[in-house]
Amino acid sequence: MRPTRRIAPTAVIWLLIAFGYFFIPLIATFLFSLKSNQTGHCCTAANYSWVVHSSAFWHTLKISFLLALETIAISLALFVPTIYWVHLRVPKLRPVIAFLALIPFVIPPIVMVVGLLKFFKGTPSWFYAQPWGFLAGAYVILAFPYMFFSLDAGFRSIDVHTLTEASQSLGARWGTTLVKVILPNIRSAALAGSFLTLAIVMGEFTIANLSAFNTFPIFIQYVNESQGFPAASLTLLSFGITWAAMLSLLVVGRKRGQRAAVVAGAR
Amino acid sequence: MAYLELQNLHRDFGTNKALDGIEIQLGEGEFLSLLGPSGCGKTTALRLVAGFDRPDQGRIVVDGKDVTRVAPNKRDMGMVFQAYSLFPNMTAHQNVEFGLRIRGKDRTDRRKRVDDLLELVGLGHAGTRYPHQLSGGMQQRVALARALAIEPRVLLLDEPLSALDAKVRVQLREEIRRIQLELGITTLYVTHDQEEALSVSDHVAVMYRGRIEQMGSPAEMYTAPATPFVAEFIGTMNRLEATVVDPSTGTIETGGVTLTVEAAKGKPRGARVLVLIRPETVEVAAANGAGANTMTGEVLTHTFLGPVTRLRIVNDKSSLIADMPTARAAALPPGSKVDAALPATEARLLDLTDEALPQIAEEPSPAGP
Repeated sequence: MRPTRRIAPTAVIWLLIAFGYFFIPLIATFLFSLKSNQTGHCCTAANYSWVVHSSAFWHTLKISFLLALETIAISLALFVPTIYWVHLRVPKLRPVIAFLALIPFVIPPIVMVVGLLKFFKGTPSWFYAQPWGFLAGAYVILAFPYMFFSLDAGFRSIDVHTLTEASQSLGARWGTTLVKVILPNIRSAALAGSFLTLAIVMGEFTIANLSAFNTFPIFIQYVNESQGFPAASLTLLSFGITWAAMLSLLVVGRKRGQRAAVVAGAR
Repeated sequence: MAYLELQNLHRDFGTNKALDGIEIQLGEGEFLSLLGPSGCGKTTALRLVAGFDRPDQGRIVVDGKDVTRVAPNKRDMGMVFQAYSLFPNMTAHQNVEFGLRIRGKDRTDRRKRVDDLLELVGLGHAGTRYPHQLSGGMQQRVALARALAIEPRVLLLDEPLSALDAKVRVQLREEIRRIQLELGITTLYVTHDQEEALSVSDHVAVMYRGRIEQMGSPAEMYTAPATPFVAEFIGTMNRLEATVVDPSTGTIETGGVTLTVEAAKGKPRGARVLVLIRPETVEVAAANGAGANTMTGEVLTHTFLGPVTRLRIVNDKSSLIADMPTARAAALPPGSKVDAALPATEARLLDLTDEALPQIAEEPSPAGP
């Protein structure tokens, strides 16, 4: 007979504290978002209606979302082959790249954006004046640590050398090996890096603000300053969007992740 | 004419000479094992043949064509690796099919070939399983089928059984040999396990410090080792340092005992030689007064090896080992005084040079042909 599992009273207390820490602000924000912007009384869905009917909401959301996709695409295109090559041919470089990846954590965004603006001053306007150029470039740098450490963990969980050589001995070229053999086996890592990047870009304020681009976080800040109750509904909506993205990572990556875990465990 | 030729291959890693001018000629459909201890250069040689590395000097010729500078994906070499190398994202069927897809083979042909090969390796039922759903032995069978699927010019096996347990290893090595003979595929097999090499190969090349010490049939390697290293590495050997006393009769002196050895005839008087005697050729009996070619000593230890028991016999000046049937060994327990008769005709003799005798860390297993 299985012994009955009892949860220790202290564990219950800690769980309640953790629950309160995470959910009380959310509940408060939700209650706040239900108040009328005109009367200040509860309860109305008008703030949510205002947000979803705001063209600026959809416009800035679209810009930030597309920027996130662009950042993810550039980051994957840059870092997957680089990290693959480093693991395969120059493993001694790995600590150097890991150190470089820490730099965006160390340098404050405000310092970085000033430096970048000065550095790229004079570049063509299709790059400097467009979010798809300058801002995407800055976000690739910002996302570098998240993308690098996710991918690096993915590459370390597989036997890159043996898989590559096995693929080559069967006649595959480098490109085929990367796409058909390596990428599917670091899929979870690439997804993790991608969604971290998505979350960062969707919430990045400093660089966008200082370089005068109108992104989703700028819109949130604008609403927050001008209208209190709709700002709460907007905050919850952006929170929901981020969580939806994370959830999709879990759903998409679950099967592959389980398989990779079994393979890694078998080694 | 040789089908696979390794001509004067050199490969250095810094100051370490991984390969120091190896020469191999292998006929079509033959099975050669590269045998040697860790770091002897056998895997380096295999990787050069596969194209994963380039030699500093020398040529690799397959079927008359120089492939030394050909990229690995264009060499048509099937390879089975030491580590499990199946693609984790593909089923067994898809793994075997991979090389055929790369070659743009027709779907029907692909399916038939994959099914045939999975049957050949005894895994016709496991095509839909992913690598993590297969045991180590099954994974290596799939890897073998995958390597064979592309109809390689040479099959390369890099210690494919080393990660498997003993029973599966014996079973799978026999299957590898059966399949190799059935398909008549030229095969280069790397192993550090002499039993494995001797049991499946047409030829064995023993490597040491980047050189081939000796190459020959398994029987030749066992019965006629050409160097002290080969003698030590293949099977188990008694090595007695001796001096030639009388070249006309083949008399030598070792550890205060005078022995007659056929192979010593004609050697210069006073020459230093190494006498090599297989333990199974030593006759042991309870001490009964020293006869000809006999060393008297005391049984120090018994090592049970199944059908035979290995006795270590020592006296003041020397030590040797002898294998005798387990049933008879019980009559000579440790501490017994015994006479060990050394064979006059089956002992091998090597000239001793000033070079230090190689020492092999682990005693090779006693089994052999």
